[in-house]
Amino acid sequence: MGPVLAAVLQLLALTGALALLHIPLGNHMARVYSSGKHLRVEKWIYKAIGADPDAEMTWPAYLRGILAFSAVGVLFLYLLQRLQGVLPGSLGFASVDPAQSFNTAVSFVTNTNWQSYYGEQTMGHVVQTAGLAVQNFVSAAVGMAVAVALVRGFARSRTGELGNFWSDLVRGTVRILVPVAAVGAVVLVACGAVQNFSGIHEVGQFMGGTQQWNGGAVASQEAIKELGTNGGGYFNANSAHPFENPTPFTNLFEVLLILVIPFSLTRTFGVLVGSVRQGYAILATMVTVWLGFTALMMWTEFAHHGPALQAAGGAMEGKEVRFGVGGSSIFAVATTLTSTGAVDSFHSSFTGLGGGITMLSMMLGEIAPGGTGSGLYGILIMAVIAVFIAGLMVGRTPEYLGKKIGGREMKLAACYILITPALVLVFTAASTALPTPPHSMLNSGAHGFSEVLYAFTSAANNNGSAFAGLNANTDWFNTTTGLAMLLGRFLPMVFVLALAGSLAGQKPVPVTAGTLRTEKPLFTGLLVGAILIITGLTYFPALALGPLAEGLA
Amino acid sequence: MNNSFVNTSRLLGAGLRALLVLTLVTGVIYPLVVTGIAQALFHDKANGSEIEADGRVVGSSLIGQPYNLPLKKGQQTPEPDLRWFQGRPADGLGGNSINTRYELILSGATNLAADSGAVDGRCPAEPEDGTLCARVLAAKAAVVEDNSVAGYPVQPSDVPADAVTSSGSGLDPAISPQYAGLQVHRVAARNGLSVAAVEKLVADHTQGRTLGFIGEPQVNVLELNIALEDLVAGK
Repeated sequence: MGPVLAAVLQLLALTGALALLHIPLGNHMARVYSSGKHLRVEKWIYKAIGADPDAEMTWPAYLRGILAFSAVGVLFLYLLQRLQGVLPGSLGFASVDPAQSFNTAVSFVTNTNWQSYYGEQTMGHVVQTAGLAVQNFVSAAVGMAVAVALVRGFARSRTGELGNFWSDLVRGTVRILVPVAAVGAVVLVACGAVQNFSGIHEVGQFMGGTQQWNGGAVASQEAIKELGTNGGGYFNANSAHPFENPTPFTNLFEVLLILVIPFSLTRTFGVLVGSVRQGYAILATMVTVWLGFTALMMWTEFAHHGPALQAAGGAMEGKEVRFGVGGSSIFAVATTLTSTGAVDSFHSSFTGLGGGITMLSMMLGEIAPGGTGSGLYGILIMAVIAVFIAGLMVGRTPEYLGKKIGGREMKLAACYILITPALVLVFTAASTALPTPPHSMLNSGAHGFSEVLYAFTSAANNNGSAFAGLNANTDWFNTTTGLAMLLGRFLPMVFVLALAGSLAGQKPVPVTAGTLRTEKPLFTGLLVGAILIITGLTYFPALALGPLAEGLA
Repeated sequence: MNNSFVNTSRLLGAGLRALLVLTLVTGVIYPLVVTGIAQALFHDKANGSEIEADGRVVGSSLIGQPYNLPLKKGQQTPEPDLRWFQGRPADGLGGNSINTRYELILSGATNLAADSGAVDGRCPAEPEDGTLCARVLAAKAAVVEDNSVAGYPVQPSDVPADAVTSSGSGLDPAISPQYAGLQVHRVAARNGLSVAAVEKLVADHTQGRTLGFIGEPQVNVLELNIALEDLVAGK
């Protein structure tokens, strides 16, 4: 069997596994977010928080809960890193400096997991396990909570109530993320991922001498890192490191963990709005983009255009033998079409066009299938815009899921899709125009520009992967990417929740012969088109200067 | 004003308590339970899949390592010990820069671009030092030279991509069966073994795709070299 056929079969196997899993998991998540019952452990948690889980919240109250929880999260993680030098269980590692601590704290709380540090020489057991990994769980749970609040906005009528943030946060963590991550972690250990709390120790080598390793709770962090679409590696090499991703099977399994919740949430959405076919239309859109982008990535990576890759005889720079070009292509697209940013191969050494595909994947807004929760709310915003475009064409007030898309709704949706490109383009322009930031570039020319464009695309979209040649551990990049992550995470949430509140307050419009049928393939086509055209128009000039210039040279 | 201050502090207090309780659940209980299960059921794997040979630990089956001759006087970079199978280049490995009392292995890739060192869309004969073109061409020349033995000349076109590129982690424990096959004649000659015996060794240590389609065929270099050592000793 050739590597291309093997790659296609891996993609099909993945598709099959997702097809099998998305219905039961999606239904489970729908029950989790609509059940009236509380588990005993949850009651105990609510008591500790001092919150009434049954109190309904309006959108501003829901938002305040998120902001308070996240602000405390940033501060806690910042202090944990600043105090690392005196904390026990830190392998004797020094405290992290202020700019990098800020950047990392923001990065993990915003579900970005951009890393300007070397994991294995910077973060000890306590910061990794009780700091970073905790945000892997809760930032994902926050994303899902916002998505569910938006879905409730569509599903409910004549009310301002969107649910209870504390309840959604706790349930998402306790009933969805922890159990699935625990199973995933044990599977990873069974295949060779490490899971221990050993200190730094020497291991003998074949030719004599020793290697120095640090152990850690790697598998448990790896599982939630993928499942929560976080992406922050225990080690610098992230999921290319054999202790994080030891075998070809774990590679495919980690991609499955990345994709399973975002795809399954379309089912949750369908169930909660009372029409699983609406969920299928969204799912079909996501699958179309995902398969299309993966096919394009395989094509360009197997063709290995690019002078050095031609000289090498294959696009294996930055890729592991056990994954090969096929497994690396599948991972690269999955990690950038979601908000994950974990890497099993290094995107900077991909072909010019392959690097461009990873950037374009993020620029779509990470909606196919997108991050845990953020993917669903992102694509629902795009659906609102697609419905609006269709409404303009026929001269009818647009509606989606029985809710009118009026001026206020459109303004919120438009703000949502404008904020991220504004952050990416402004920060990229500033970094290239100022005298010192370009010193961080490893490569020159178009690829050097791509490194900076990639960094801000990744930060503002809360992805976290990098063209890692860029030395991002400077005050300029630590600060600006930190701001891009914060604004790119929380401003869109403001618009989503405001939209949810506005939709929930409406009374439903009856379906008539003139209603655009948003559960039909025609709408899926319209949505795919809207996503590609809007992103293309926004980013084409920037892409032309970077990856296109390199790929077409 | 006073009222909103009280409300904000209350909210932040709730946020802090939520964070602390969830830290207990996801940052203490979860990793400890997983570690307990891992250590009980998969003790060796959870601790790094160490391999022993002749009664001593010689590394991990998952982590690549160098097979070099000791540094000679005045040498900056060690030469490969051509008796043993060689792994992939590892130009992306870093050195401790923060906690300098350690000599931890720092995983990483080169991150060099596909057009690094290229002039007019191709790698020139003498590319600029440190570029990907330079590294690939130098590695290729070395592989051709090292592996060409009497009666078995290696052509540049025979060299597979993994032999001249650095991996993502810099710790790739495996090479492709093609690269292992390319080294067979050299290894046989240096160890006084027959080509057939070494070919069989490589075949025995070639791991196909999982279930026939997942990943790529690979040869674990450490396991192969341990078997080679046994073969030489038992001769």
